[in-house]
Formats: sequence, C-alpha cells, structure tokens
Amino acid sequence: MEVSARFRDQRLAERLAKKIRALEPREPVRICHVCGTHEWTISHYGIRSLLPDSVEVVAGPGCPVCITPASLIDAAVELALSGVVVATYGDMFRAPGARAPSLYQARAEGADVRVVYSITDAVKMAREEKDREFVFFAIGFETTAPLTAVEVLRRPPDNLSFLVAHRLIPPAMEALANMEDLAIGGFIAPGHVSTIIGAEPYAIFPERYNMPVVIAGFEPLDVLMAIYMLLKQIKDGVAKLENEYTRAVRWRGNERAKEFMRKAFDIADGAWRGLGVIPSSALELKEGLRKHDAIERYGLNVSLDGQGDIPPGCRCHEIMVGRAYPTDCPLFLRACRPNRPIGPCMVSVEGTCRIWALEGGWFKG
Amino acid sequence: MCLAIPARVLEVRGHRAKVDFGGAVREVDVTLVDARPGQYVLVHAGFAIQVLDKREAEEMLRAWEEVLGA
Amino acid sequence: MEDVITLEHGSGGRLMRELLENVILPSYKLNKVPGGLGLPEMDDGALIPLGDYKLVLTTDAYTVKPIFFPGGDIGRLAACGTINDLAVMGARPIALATSLVVEEGFSIGDLRRIISSINDVCVEVGVPLVAGDTKVMEKGEVDELVIGASGLGLAERVITDAGLRPGDKLIITGTIGDHHIALLSVREGLSFDVPIKSDVAPLWETVEAALKLGGISAMKDPTRGGVAGALNEMARKSGVDIWLREGELPIRDEVRSASEMLGLDPLELTNEGIAIIGVRPDVAEETLEAIRATRYGREAAIVGEVREGHGRVVLETLVGGKRLVREPIGTPMPRIC
Repeated sequence: MEVSARFRDQRLAERLAKKIRALEPREPVRICHVCGTHEWTISHYGIRSLLPDSVEVVAGPGCPVCITPASLIDAAVELALSGVVVATYGDMFRAPGARAPSLYQARAEGADVRVVYSITDAVKMAREEKDREFVFFAIGFETTAPLTAVEVLRRPPDNLSFLVAHRLIPPAMEALANMEDLAIGGFIAPGHVSTIIGAEPYAIFPERYNMPVVIAGFEPLDVLMAIYMLLKQIKDGVAKLENEYTRAVRWRGNERAKEFMRKAFDIADGAWRGLGVIPSSALELKEGLRKHDAIERYGLNVSLDGQGDIPPGCRCHEIMVGRAYPTDCPLFLRACRPNRPIGPCMVSVEGTCRIWALEGGWFKG
Repeated sequence: MCLAIPARVLEVRGHRAKVDFGGAVREVDVTLVDARPGQYVLVHAGFAIQVLDKREAEEMLRAWEEVLGA
Repeated sequence: MEDVITLEHGSGGRLMRELLENVILPSYKLNKVPGGLGLPEMDDGALIPLGDYKLVLTTDAYTVKPIFFPGGDIGRLAACGTINDLAVMGARPIALATSLVVEEGFSIGDLRRIISSINDVCVEVGVPLVAGDTKVMEKGEVDELVIGASGLGLAERVITDAGLRPGDKLIITGTIGDHHIALLSVREGLSFDVPIKSDVAPLWETVEAALKLGGISAMKDPTRGGVAGALNEMARKSGVDIWLREGELPIRDEVRSASEMLGLDPLELTNEGIAIIGVRPDVAEETLEAIRATRYGREAAIVGEVREGHGRVVLETLVGGKRLVREPIGTPMPRIC
C-alpha cells in the first residue's frame, strides 16, 4: 500500500521529531504502551533516539511471550512430549515454562512442534493427519482471539483441540493505571486490538484516571504522532481519548469480530505472568465448545496461581511495567543472557531485557 | 501485540480472498470483514480483521503535512 | 536436561557461533597450516601458503527443503556456496569436490537434474569437479539428499572478513533476502506466491571485477545468519563500527512485503548469491561500477561506511532514527506480535 510508504516519510518524521522536542516537558514524562508490535516499531526505527531525554517510552505487558502464564507453556510442552502435535505461532516457540524449558527444547528432543503462520494452517494439518492428535496454542489478545473463535465455531476436526490463552488489554491497562507508583503520564493504546474492540473501551482512562490515551497505528509516523499528541495533552493539562489510527479504528471497532468472540468465549478472571490475576481479563471456551478445550480433554492440571511464573531473583514482572530497569535485576547479563534466557522479557524478541542486553539500554546513537 | 499488514484485495470467493501485500500474494480468510476487490484490508495471521479507509488515510496525511509545514 | 544439539545451532546465529567456540574449536590442537589461516579465524575459507602460492580451502554441507526451489536446486546451491566461499577470500576457484549422501528410493531422474545443475555452474565459472563420493542410506535414515562440497582456490592477495578500516565504504552486491523468501513461499504451511526466485549464483566473476581495482579491505558472503550476522562478525573481527543507511539497502518490494507479513527482518534472512565488500573510499565508486557491470552485480549498492568503534552495527532508519542491528540468535520465525 503506497500510503504506508508515506507513513515512513523521513521529511515528515524529522519535522515531527522537532515538534516533539519543542514540547520537551520540564518534568520527566513516562509514556506506556502495551503492545509488542509498538515496541517493534519503536526499536526497529530507532524512535527513542529521536526523543528528548525527559520523555521515556516504556513497554507494558503487551506481548504474549511475556504475559502467558508459565504453567500453560509447561502444559503445551507436556502435551508435545506425550506425542500430541503442538502447533503454535512463532512467538511462543522459545518462551520459557516454569518446569519445562520451552517448546523449542521439546522439539530438539523429538517432540512434533510445528510453527504456523495462521490457525487455519493448524486446522488444515489436523484434517490431513487424522491419525494424530493436534493441539493449537491459542495465544494473543483481542486481535487474535476472533480468529480462534471463527475456527472453533466452524466445527474443527475432532482430533484438534485448543490450549486457550487469550487475554484482554483494557483490564491490564486499568491494572497499570491503578499502580500509582508507576507514574504513567499517558497510554499509547494498541492499534490493532482497537480495530476489533474500537475506541470506546478506553474512555474510562481519561474519565476515571485522568489519564491521556492516544490509539496509534504501527508505522513510525503513527507512533511519533501519538507521542506528540500525548505530550500536547500533558502540556495543556488535559486528559482525552484521541484516535490517531483513524484509517483502521472506528468508535465501535469490528462488530462482526466481537460477535464471533461473544459466541465462542466467556470472559473470566485471567492470570498474567508476573502480574498475578486480573479480573475479567481472560477468555474461556463456552460450555458447548468445551470438547475442543485441551485442558479438559487431556485433564491437565494448570494452576494459575503464578507459581514459577517468575524465576527466583528475576524482576521481569517489575521491568514489564517500568517499575525497574534490567540493570536493576541481579540476573541481568549474568545468569540471564539472550542465548540462555531465564526471564520471559529476555526471551521475547522485543522484550525489554533482551533489547537492553543487546543494545545496552535505549540506544541513542 | 499484533502484527497486521495492509493488503489489496484482488478477488473474493466466499470467505476466502486473494490479496496482494505489495508483491507477495496470498489467500486469506475474510469472514470478519466485508471486503470488495480494490479495497485495502488489514491482515493478521491469515485473517482480514478490518477494511482500511483509504480516504481517511489520505486526509490524515494531508493534515499532517499542513501541521508540519511539509 | 543434558545439553543437546538443537536446530538453532545450525542457523548461523549466535548459538551456532557459541557451539563452534565452546565445543568444536577447542578440540583441535592443530588447527592451521603454519603461516596460514585456519579454524581460529573462522573465516569463509582457510589459507594454505605453499611457497609463493596462496591456496585457499573451503568445505560445507548442503541440505535444503525443498530440494528444488524457485531459482535453483540443492546442486546449484552446493556449487555456488563453495565457489562463493573461495571468492570472498579473494581466491579464484581451481577445483571442486562433492560427496553425496542419498536416501534409498531417491529418484535417479532427480539426481541427474541435480548433478547437471552442479555441472552448469562449474562450466559457467570454468572450474572442474575433480573428485567425489556417493553413499546411500536406508529409507528414513536421511532426508532425501545431503551434499558435502569442498573447493580449492588460488589467491594473489588473500582478503579476510577482518580487514575493515575506518573510512571504508560497504558494498552489497545484490538484493537482500531473496533466497530465504523464495524458499518460505513454497514451504508447506506458509504458502504464498511471490515472484521471487532464489539469488543462488556463483560470484567469482563479480568479485574478480572488484578485486582488479585493488581497494578491497574485507569480504564475506552472508548466507545463514543473513546480512546482520555477517556484518556483526566483520565489525567484531575488524574492531570497528559499521553504519548503514536503511534507505540504501537493496531489498525488493516483494521481499520487504513478504517479510512484513511474516514479521521477519530482511537483514536476518539467508542469502545465497550476494557478497558484502568493504572497499577503500577513494576507489569505492569505481568498484561499485565494476561490480554493476557483472551478471550478478547489477543491483549492487553502497549501503554504509566503517567508523572507529568496537564491533557495533548501527542502522540509520528510514525516519532518521538510529538502532543497533543485532546478531540473530537463531532461525527467524514467523510471529504475530
């Protein structure tokens, strides 16, 4: 789409960066986003090197590798080692369990673990290999959950079940907003979750928490513009919900996708790795679809009390919300390194610890 | 947390559609949207999740160019 | 859990480097010919000085799935890979040898096609295939076919991957990521059609044209681990920083869009027909023109320069920001986040 090329225009970016620097707040401001892909755009285009020192952009719990409970990863590895074919998105391939190292390690020991681009590929494989049992590791947030809903409601083959680990973003943002010590100045809301749920669910942040929110797309100009809009609100002392990603996000989102989710899932309290249980933040298959639920089918005991989520000494759960930096962690670059990761944030391709380990903090050039 | 890329719809057949990611052509599922050939959709993990409003994109860029005095 | 070999140890990234450094290298007490270059240098080939002749030796094993792919096959891959390893050491290929490990039941017709691909490359470059071996393993014991290939070359001036100096310009001789995307497009589970063929090609003619101008300081062919892996290795070994400009990187639109679709970084993708060449600034433009005049160098571009530093690779992004280009850990995976 040529338009997206214009959202990477260097001329515009430089002018926007200049306008951002002109708004340089006297007091340090912490902007929080909750999206691995925003972190990817910010790191990939070196956006932090364009920002004034007093503006910090922190990656909140928005990446499945970081927040999926270790007990679910252990369950996936257990299934894989027991002879079930486990299909997963690439993101979870190296995610560390509590007891089990990872699906990647399980494959090295002969388990049949397959990385797929789409859940449809997993359904196709299950249909073609009738003699094998398949489990699809259904991770991700409101952008990915409708895809699982569509396939579950399409009566998948009996030899396929789903290890459901979908989480919802607004409740997690609300949990962060309630942590006063984080002193979050404003949220960048995830653009693609918002194409599904719309802008409406974020209205509570300006209203109840006096917190500015800007929904942003994923081109570098989108993110720079969102940062500019947030800093302008902070400078003017206001708190509003603004939508920068108007080309994709509508006030009520994608009604059909929301309908599919309502038909397939119930909302339940959800365990988040390192954050504990957040009320009404997880999706579970509805009663009538439970025969496709992997936990029930295989009688897995998945304790969601967060046991083993964060290895002893590891501070990923604090780093994940910007309450600490990797350099504050005793394991950082000692026992915990990019190729021998211990904490989830060192595993995730855009985890804060991995970026700091490989780039020594936010690289300013 | 969700990588989704714009793609132009080439042809639609039921809940499947052929789309072009700017050179890479693939079949995706369009159950979640009403998309017609020529429109741009956002594709995430093999599914179209939203139809992109090209006019909106153009207006946004024009507004920025004004604000930024490009 | 006892340490075991994993797929990632073969991916060209940091895990492979650590396997070599911690397990393989320390096991050889005699690891190079006196006065030459050998295992410790971990370059694309080894130097064996014989009187005033400089022999270069390289060896590699080739496995690829699928065996026939858009733009080539495992035979062309083995011949080009060996020739390119010699070329980036500054050595003219003078002899190749191959050993085949074939699965019982493999089609002789396919074997004939693969052997003729090897022959085509040898004839194109003018290097004879002088020795070989064939072994057959029971069905299921090996995946169709594995080709081991070795090559001997003769160099007037040996070029290593550790010779970059501040001020040098960096040339990439062709478009990035074509091979990897061509393979992914036909691999099961990721099927998408993209008019991209593998770039697998013999680079001796291109490298020879560049060598003639005498300004080359370092060379490397970025196969597994991609341009990111190769540049990090060159910067680390040369003790310099490398600064790239994202806008100058030769990447086909189809490869860029396929990479974005799968959440991959083109700089980490495997290539089989491009070389990275460090060249003195005063002859950089002429060297680029000489490369562009060759059959496989038409898309060549100057993509950055070398500065004082200590092994970092910095990218000036499309929007003017700066980021470090990191050595890939393992094989790039399609991801959703």
